[in-house]
Amino acid sequence: MASQQPQASQQRLALGKALEELATRLSEHLKGVATKVEADKRSMVINIEVDRSRILEAAKILSSLGFDHVKSLTGVDYPDKGVIELMVHIGSYSRGLRRIMAILRSKLDRKDPRAPTLTQIWPSSEFQEREAWEMFGIVFEGHPDLRRLLLPEEFEGLWPGRKDFEIPTRKAGEAEEPWK
Amino acid sequence: MEGGLVFIGDLDLTTRKVLKWLMERKPIKDIVEWANAFSLWPVHLMTSCCGVELGAAYAPRFDLERYGSLPFVSPRQTNLIIIEGTLTRKMARVARITWEQMVDPKFVIAMGACAIDGGLFWNSYNVVRANEVIPVDIYIPGCPPRPEALARAILMLQQRIKSRGITRHDLELIEKNLKLEKVEFARK
Amino acid sequence: MVASSIAIEEISKELIQTRDLGVTEEGERLVELQIGPTHPGSGHMRIRVWVDGDIIVRCDPDIGFVFRTIEKLSENRIYMKTIPLVERPSLLDTTPMTIGYINALEKLMGIEPPPRAKYLRTILAELTRIASHLYGIGILAIFLGHSTGFMWGFGDRELFVELANQLSGARITYAYVVPGGVRRDMPQSFPDNVEKALRYMERRLKDWYKIFLNNPVIEDRLREVGVLRKNDAVKLGITGPNLRASGVDFDVRVADPYEAYDELDFMVPVAEEGDAYARTLVRFEEIKQSINIIRDALKKMPSGDIIHPQIARMFNPLMKKIYEETRRVKFPGIFASLKPPKGEATARVEAGRGEALFHIVSDGSPRPYRFRWTTPSYRNVILFKYMIPGHRLADLPAIYGSLDYFPPEADR
Repeated sequence: MASQQPQASQQRLALGKALEELATRLSEHLKGVATKVEADKRSMVINIEVDRSRILEAAKILSSLGFDHVKSLTGVDYPDKGVIELMVHIGSYSRGLRRIMAILRSKLDRKDPRAPTLTQIWPSSEFQEREAWEMFGIVFEGHPDLRRLLLPEEFEGLWPGRKDFEIPTRKAGEAEEPWK
Repeated sequence: MEGGLVFIGDLDLTTRKVLKWLMERKPIKDIVEWANAFSLWPVHLMTSCCGVELGAAYAPRFDLERYGSLPFVSPRQTNLIIIEGTLTRKMARVARITWEQMVDPKFVIAMGACAIDGGLFWNSYNVVRANEVIPVDIYIPGCPPRPEALARAILMLQQRIKSRGITRHDLELIEKNLKLEKVEFARK
Repeated sequence: MVASSIAIEEISKELIQTRDLGVTEEGERLVELQIGPTHPGSGHMRIRVWVDGDIIVRCDPDIGFVFRTIEKLSENRIYMKTIPLVERPSLLDTTPMTIGYINALEKLMGIEPPPRAKYLRTILAELTRIASHLYGIGILAIFLGHSTGFMWGFGDRELFVELANQLSGARITYAYVVPGGVRRDMPQSFPDNVEKALRYMERRLKDWYKIFLNNPVIEDRLREVGVLRKNDAVKLGITGPNLRASGVDFDVRVADPYEAYDELDFMVPVAEEGDAYARTLVRFEEIKQSINIIRDALKKMPSGDIIHPQIARMFNPLMKKIYEETRRVKFPGIFASLKPPKGEATARVEAGRGEALFHIVSDGSPRPYRFRWTTPSYRNVILFKYMIPGHRLADLPAIYGSLDYFPPEADR
């Protein structure tokens, strides 16, 4: 057991170095398209930040490199900065790349969030884009069937994922930890 | 001519009165209540995660079929709804339509903390309370309740039928149509 | 006669266009069926199918009946209170979900649990995986009309649920995994009980093969039904045993190991045909592999702490006494005001049905800023739209049962 500890940490160091190398190679492929490519060694992901107009280009390049499906597509709402950040986790089933994930990020304007659809490149994003639409109001241009997925019709026009849709919390005076 | 008897009166009304009197009398009343108590068949409506414990309750270890209860196919041929777990807005409409289709006398058991008062999901915008949708007879606390608790609920319902007669629900709730309250929220 | 039949055709064409039903080559109307929640073969969802006679032409899953908005609720609660929320949707294999959430949280905090805690988490995860597969097989059996399979599946599952009860104190919702380790150590009689259960399960699997997998009726109903080809599976992003039955050997426990999986010895079963029979076979084989993992983990179990020393340092004297005497962790006050540093973390696990992804965005406060969570059933919903058309209506329960789709997990 004790001998496995330095082995594990050596393995982790080697993995971290490989991840950084991969990040530099990716940033060469994405030169001019991505504004920022950096590796996060703790979570074994590569964060790729693109501008809204370059999303499709970056997606095509990543798809040709071997990333073949979308694991998660959603938005993160930052009302004080006035943006909704589109966050796409992309993965791969091929042998070399299955260990890591790439996160494609792009900042959309909060008043009118629009993004191109990724269903032509990755068909696995069809239902996830529907959910992102009904939660945040992001309109995916070119989506074949953009309608609500999880909520009934009384939620049309209210975007529950945004920060200004508040849900009740405990009233003032009721402690979060009642044993205090 | 020999003597005879002639009936004067409304035959239909008299028959109805005699039937009503007979139903309240001891042997027939007992038989009707026994029949109802030992054929509480729930409909196949799974509302949420406590359905796993419902499935386990009708399985070999906690066999509930020995109390006469058998999950059956359609709302027209069953007389019990077990609401397991959280009722969301979409599912509340379905539960109400299913309950209205059932034939009287019908019963409802609300299983789990979520059916009582929301449980863990009390402040979610998509969750409604069970007793605002259909009138409930028996509540079972727990998250999720053990299958033995469900067995006890069925036994309690049987005893209730025997002691109180076949329950008649609150007419006000039956007559009002289901109107789920508007979604309210605050904009910052 | 002729004029009126032409008029009927015109009317029906108009109706079809306004209601968007779709028309086949002969101009016949399609019929829309709603297989709704109050149906023995549908679960907690509604399946809308458009049929032409008997053949399904289009299928649309209507989900959201169990949508409990867990991602939004977690923004309102402290980190510890999200652990039971994360357990509830996938109620059959709860431990992998809590492991994933706690892994993401531990990556943010920068700590790692001690080795004994990792092995205990792995053992509980594999016990729940066996229980989850037996549930899936039982549901498939009842959809096909094989009620003995249903009874056996649920009856055998009780054994593993009882073992988990001995380890953690509850039947299916354990909340066993806490940041920094686990909540309780295993009792003295636990390894013997586990060994007895595993031996029983190995003998029982041979009976399962006799009555279920080698049963000619089941084979007829499941072979060549619901075929999912390899490049379709990759393109649509399918996960879990459904993917492995189509020829792709992707398993997160091997591709991106977490907890104690990189030190244990097991194989990943893969089938080539991609039909419903292959999916069921892969599940049976995974039960066998889980049995091997549990035996291996019990043999290699290290001794030591079950909670990270940084947290153990914050115990008050009473908690320390309880920990040393009974090896149970009482939560210190730090858990109530846990403030991980600012940043983001991602973690993924292999649940019973596939790969689950967890992503936490933290801004330094005791509540998460954004918690994103994708479950394997949510990624498999797309198969309803693309795989079912072309089959006959009577095959729908067989395909649905073989996918092992659990609606509360997909809706979260």
